[in-house]
Parts: sequence; C-alpha cells; structure tokens
Amino acid sequence: MTATLENSTAGAPSAAGEIPSFDVTIKVRRYLPESSHGDEAYWDEYKLTMYGTDRVLDALHKIKWENDGSLTFRRSCAHGICGSDAMRINGRNRLACKTLLKDLNPNKPITIEPIKGLPVIKDLVVDMEPFFASYREIMPFLITSGNQPSRERIQSAEQRERFDDTTKCILCAACTSSCPVFWTDGQYFGPAAIVNAHRFIFDSRDEGATQRLEVLNDKEGVWRCRTTFNCTEACPRGIEVTKAIQEVKQAMIRRAI
Amino acid sequence: MQFHQYDVVIVGAGGAGMRAALEASSEARTAVISKLYPTRSHTGAAQGGMCAALANVEEDNWEWHTFDTVKGGDYLVDQDAAEIMAKEAIDAVLDLERMGLPFNRTPEGKIDQRRFGGHTRNHGEAAVRRACYAADRTGHMILQTLYQNCVKQDVEFFNEFYVLDLIVDHDLSAGHVPDGEEVNATGVVAYDLATGEIHVFQAKSIVFATGGAGKIFKTTSNAHTLTGDGMALALRRGLPLEDMEFFQFHPTGLAGLGILLSEAARGEGGILRNSNGERFMERYAPTIKDLAPRDIVARSMANEVREGRGAGPNKDYVLLDLTHLEPAHIDAKLPDITEFARTYLGIEPYTEPVPVYPTAHYAMGGIPTNVTAEVLRNSDDVVKGLYAAGEVACVSVHGSNRLGTNSLLDINVFGKRAGRAAAAYAKTAEFKDLPENAAERTIAQLEELRTRPDGERVSDVRKALQETMDANAQVFRTQESLEQCLADIRVLQERYKNVSVQDKGKMFNTDLLEALELGFLLDIAEVTVIAALNRKESRGGHFREDYPDRDDANYMRHTMVYRRPLEGAEGNHESVEADITPDTAFAHVSEFDTYKVVIGSKPVVQTRYEPMERKY
Repeated sequence: MTATLENSTAGAPSAAGEIPSFDVTIKVRRYLPESSHGDEAYWDEYKLTMYGTDRVLDALHKIKWENDGSLTFRRSCAHGICGSDAMRINGRNRLACKTLLKDLNPNKPITIEPIKGLPVIKDLVVDMEPFFASYREIMPFLITSGNQPSRERIQSAEQRERFDDTTKCILCAACTSSCPVFWTDGQYFGPAAIVNAHRFIFDSRDEGATQRLEVLNDKEGVWRCRTTFNCTEACPRGIEVTKAIQEVKQAMIRRAI
Repeated sequence: MQFHQYDVVIVGAGGAGMRAALEASSEARTAVISKLYPTRSHTGAAQGGMCAALANVEEDNWEWHTFDTVKGGDYLVDQDAAEIMAKEAIDAVLDLERMGLPFNRTPEGKIDQRRFGGHTRNHGEAAVRRACYAADRTGHMILQTLYQNCVKQDVEFFNEFYVLDLIVDHDLSAGHVPDGEEVNATGVVAYDLATGEIHVFQAKSIVFATGGAGKIFKTTSNAHTLTGDGMALALRRGLPLEDMEFFQFHPTGLAGLGILLSEAARGEGGILRNSNGERFMERYAPTIKDLAPRDIVARSMANEVREGRGAGPNKDYVLLDLTHLEPAHIDAKLPDITEFARTYLGIEPYTEPVPVYPTAHYAMGGIPTNVTAEVLRNSDDVVKGLYAAGEVACVSVHGSNRLGTNSLLDINVFGKRAGRAAAAYAKTAEFKDLPENAAERTIAQLEELRTRPDGERVSDVRKALQETMDANAQVFRTQESLEQCLADIRVLQERYKNVSVQDKGKMFNTDLLEALELGFLLDIAEVTVIAALNRKESRGGHFREDYPDRDDANYMRHTMVYRRPLEGAEGNHESVEADITPDTAFAHVSEFDTYKVVIGSKPVVQTRYEPMERKY
C-alpha cells in the first residue's frame, strides 16, 4: 500500500517562522495478525510532506491520523522521558520522539521496525514483559538493614555522583533490544537490567550489592556481555551502558564472587 | 469478560497512584490498573523539584510554605489542606529518600535545596531555597523510586488496562439522590488493550489517580495520554468537578512545541528577556522578578509579545537566557532541559538564549475531595469507598494557581493519604453487590464506536478542539472568546457522534482508544469553558480581560460543575445572565441537546490568612 499525504500544514509549528518542508518516504514494518495478512509481517510505504522540526513520531502520527488508523505504536510524553516509543529506525534503536527526520537523510526511505528480541504483538508494539521480568530480578530497590533513620541518610555529593549516570534510565529497552547476545539468547538479563543493578550497587546507601552481584554472576548474567557497545550507542539518555556493565564485572572480580 | 475482586483498586500508576499503592498494598489486597506501564506515567516528566521546609540550606518553616501556597493560589486555596501539605511535605521528602531516591546533596551530605517560583522567606521577603531535587529529573526519580518500591512490595499491576466506567450504587447523574444519603462506589469496568477484553473489578475502595487533561489544548507540556479520563468518568457518572476554569500555563515551554523547560532554569539564575534584551519581569514583579508564580510570569510573557516586544521572525516568543551561567553549572543542574533545546530547536543554551512561550501544563481543578482524599458528590457529602489524589483531584491545595514543585508534593502527600484511607475503609467495609449488567453500557459503547462505518476522523475533531482552546481559552480570556469556544465545542460534540475508527480489530486498538479519549477531552473542555464563562473576575490562572480584577465579594468560592439530564426544557442555550451578586454568581446553567451543565459553588476554607492583594 502506498499513500501520499500532500501539502498538509499539520505539525508545522507556527512559532518558529518559516520552517522548511521536505518530502520523505517512510517504510514501516507491519504486523497485523487480525488482518488478511495473518501472521505474515510486511512493509507499508508512505510518502509524506514533513517539516524541519518534525520527529519520526510526528511522521507516524501523521500516517495514523490522516491515512491509516490501524498503524499501531506506543507513545506518551513525546519528548524522550517516558520511554514508550523505542523502535528500530534505519536499523538503529532510537526513540521516535527524539529523532528528527531531517537528521536521518530524508532523501532515502526511512525504515521503521519494532525493537528486536521481544515478541511482536502488533506493528511496532512488542511484549515488554520479558524485559521487565529481567529488571525485577536484579532487585531494583534500595536494600538496607537496621532501623530507618529519623532524617535523611547522609550521602556526599561525590558518593551521589558515583551512580548518577545510571539513574537516568527510562526503561525504554533500546539498549537491551540492540544487544546481539539478547537477540540470540532470550535468557540473558540484558544491558538495562545490569544498568539498574549498577544504579544500586554503587549507591553508598545500599547494602544489597552482594545479593545483586550473585544474581548477575549467573550463567545468563553479566559475563555474557561481549562489549559490542551497541547498547551505549542505542541509549537515548546518553548512559555509558557498556562502561556500567564493565564496572559491575569489576565489582564481581574484586569481591571474588 | 473477566471478573476480579480486590479490597482496594487504584486507577492510575503515576506518582499519586503508586504512592497510594505502597500504603494500601501492605494493609489490604490491592490492584493497580493503569493505561500505561507505570514508568511511562507523566510524573516522570516533572523536572525541577519538590518543596519541603527541611531548612537544610537556609532558615525555613512549613508556615512560610503554607502562606506561599495560599498566596500563590490567589487565596482560593483551602487553607486547612495547604497546611497539611506543607507540614507533611517534610516526611514526604524523607520517605522518598529512605525509599532510595537519589536527591542532589549539600556539601554536608544532606538533601540539597534550590529556589523556585513563588516560594519565599518570611511571607514574601525574598526567594527561599525550598525545592529538593535530583538534577532536572526529579519527577523521573520519584516515578522510578515509587515503581522500584512497588516491585519490592510485589504490588499487583494491570498494565495497559483502560478504566472506562465507575460503578456507584446510586445513579447520581440524574441529580435526584438527596443530600446526606449514603452512596457507595463499588467497582470499575476496564478494557484490556492487548486483547480487547472487558474486565470488571469489584472493590471496597477505589482510588482515582488518573492525572490531568492537558490535551484539551494544542500547545501543552502534557503527554498524549493525558486526556482527562478520570475527571470525565466522574462527571459522566454525576459527580461534580471543582474549579475547572483554572488551568496553569507554564511560562517556559519550548516555543512552538510546548515541551517543558523547568522553572529550575530560573531558580538556578536564568533570566527571561524580550526582543530588546530587557529583563521584563522586573517591571511585573519587582521583588522576585523571574521567580514570580507561573500565572504572573506567563501573563507577563504573553503581554510582552502582544505589545510587540516578542523575539524571533514572527515576534511571537520571548527568550530564556542561560548564557551567563557556567556550562559546568548548567550540566550539573539542568542537563535534560538544555538537551531538549539542542535536540528539538537546535539551540545551544551555553551561548544562545532559548525561545520560550507559555504551554498548557496543569489542571488546578478536578474531582473534589476532602483532606482525607475522599471524593465529594456535593459540597458536603462523600461517596463512600471513593478516593482521588493527584492532578485528577481538587483538594484544593492549589487554588487558582499552583506553585512550582507543589504537584510532586501533592501526589506524595495526598497519594499517601488516599492509600491509607482506602485500605482502612476496606478493612471495615463489605463488598457491595454489583449490578448484573455492570459492563453492559461500556461494552455497547465500545462496540458501537469500533464498528461504526465511515465517519469523521478522530484527529480532525481533536485538532479543531485543541485549536479553539488555544485561540480562545488560553492565558487571556474574554466573554466573546469563551462564547466562541463553547459554540465550537457544541459543534464538535455533534461531530464526535459521527466519528469512526479505521482499525476494526480487537487487539491493541489504539485507534479506538484515541476515539474514547477524544470523548473525554470534549467533556472536560466543555466544563472548563463553561466554568470560565461563569467566573467574571480574574484570579490566578484564570484571567478575564473584560473583568481584570479579583472580585472577592462575589467569587471567593470554588466553582462546582455538575452534568445533569434535561428535564423537558429545550436544549442548546445558556441561562440568562443576571446582575452579579453573591447569590447569582454561581447560578449558571448551560443546556445541550441531551444534558445540561449546572454550576454550583463550595466555600473556600480560610484559617490563618485573610485575602490580600497579591504582589511579588
């Protein structure tokens, strides 16, 4: 199916003066098990007129709102904070709401697919349950012993800085679903779970590091990482994911787990 | 159809919902139903901080915080509720720290605090450092921390379930239930997005924590999913909504996009300038300048643009100047928002000022509750077993204008109160029978909408709604603009009856979901505009150019709007305007084809503070 949506002014911000428009072709990987296509995935192509400030999410909305209401994807905040719209854009995991079309070379068709390694439910929507199950397994919460202090726990600015990077995670799964180990072995915890373990292991207030490191020392744990850096490249929050995984590995070696 | 029974059902998994869940689930069998995965909720988009008078960096106390909240809300705040919030703020922050929230720290290792709009020392003397924060992702860290603790406590979630009806044992929508009669909430009907299946939840206590309705506007900081669902369900089932005319426009949305740039940018020293480079807030708020409350800053910005001092090719925005701040300071305190400027506008905030303009941000109004988070069905009577907290609710701690950071505080303080009260009530209560056809209405509505043949596009109607709201019910309002807006909404309500969806499937039908959400948006926009038409004064976030002054004699009351059936009378007209007196100020009725919207009022609770002129 090819559809052309021309000369629409939708999505043109009025506040920024003349914004250049351009034509772009969007190729979307479709999977509509209830349709006549059944269990076969296929490609749909759409030609759109878009603007310089438009993101991939704007293009998807334009298709859904003006042409094909059945196109299905998750989204919410639309500015890179909620983590709903990770997808594979031109072969690379990104957030649709944080990727400007003009930055993708609109002269070539832009391909959009669901993130890999998780079961596809419909179009760009995947089942996130296996991803969150891994997250839950690493005990992603502060573990302490003794009585609750009556005021806040004291933590120096340096101690706080130690795990700052990994607190940025929005659980979008861009990293985990970019990992070749995760693709071939669905059992691997994946980068996001390790990032969230890191966030607590290196928090000076936490006393659960040993438990978490034991979980991650499992055969499906941190040692499966082959340091391909896909995850770091994919992270829309700029977290140094591979570095965090390396630090977790080193913590294990130091503690001789 | 599936059937579930829980002591407590919480609808919504943002900050308020999860804070309630942490309380309720340790005391009673609790389910959380959320239309999103919990970590997708819009609490995560909050940036700047959460105020509490910890006095970690300078002298402060909860009484000053209470006063600021009351004055910030232009005295329409219920002062008992504001006092509770300011007092319990301290424990609310400490609770979060103990749960693991990574606050920024002082050199002594305590929770650091920074300045924020409208928060002052000693009743307005100067800006005070009261906002506890985690860089400019405080909301993200609150949402993550609450979710992490829900994982720890094994809270039961129904994710991507969409609540479409509230079941109450009396038909309140007819308006015939006498005052004082016992009314119980007994359950909710939900739609499983993944399968399209209907689930009925019977519960002793129900907590609504469904968030706001920013998508009634075109330019908004709100997520696509903030469509006023909980408010609209309450309204349709005959419950009132309170103070809906008060909508906050956040001063610093990225121009043209509406994406939020935190007030923390100004708390850290950022300055608003017009096209002449002038720091114009010095003229509007000489004492605290750029850190005046949001309603005042937003109006000042709009006024600068209106008077021709806007920046840019179309002179339609102002500039947020951070260029005098050290890049290292910006990176440490404001990393996310500066990245937004880079990503979405291609602006480098180290060296260039950022184009900004007010963006629809927060509903001060909502489902009326008392300070225990129990939902009111009129000025006095509660609905037993029904609670609300967060943006969906109106306690009212924000009055006519919310101070920055007080929303993160509200969700924590009143979320906790709602969860505790819901669990405590569930322990004493019995399950009430549900009607046999509890889901019938919902199923019929869904099927009709899903299978309706060709009609109008949902997006066309929604876009028209958002455009008229932006044009006519934004920062500046008049009788004329609001009447135009209401007339547009009447037309759009008619068009809505004819919308159809293209996706006829049952699985993950977001096309259908958007159609349902549009119905909620229209209902919320409608009562927002009717309440705005009725309030012929200017107060807080509601500014009437034709009535530019605050009018305490006639309007120092909360607006209550009720949706009621027509009784024989003809539809589609407004009640005749009488002279404004305290008796007639809230006596308005708007009639539509099949129902009418009736205005009422509720007294404002005043304890310590007499209304004064609001100067900063």
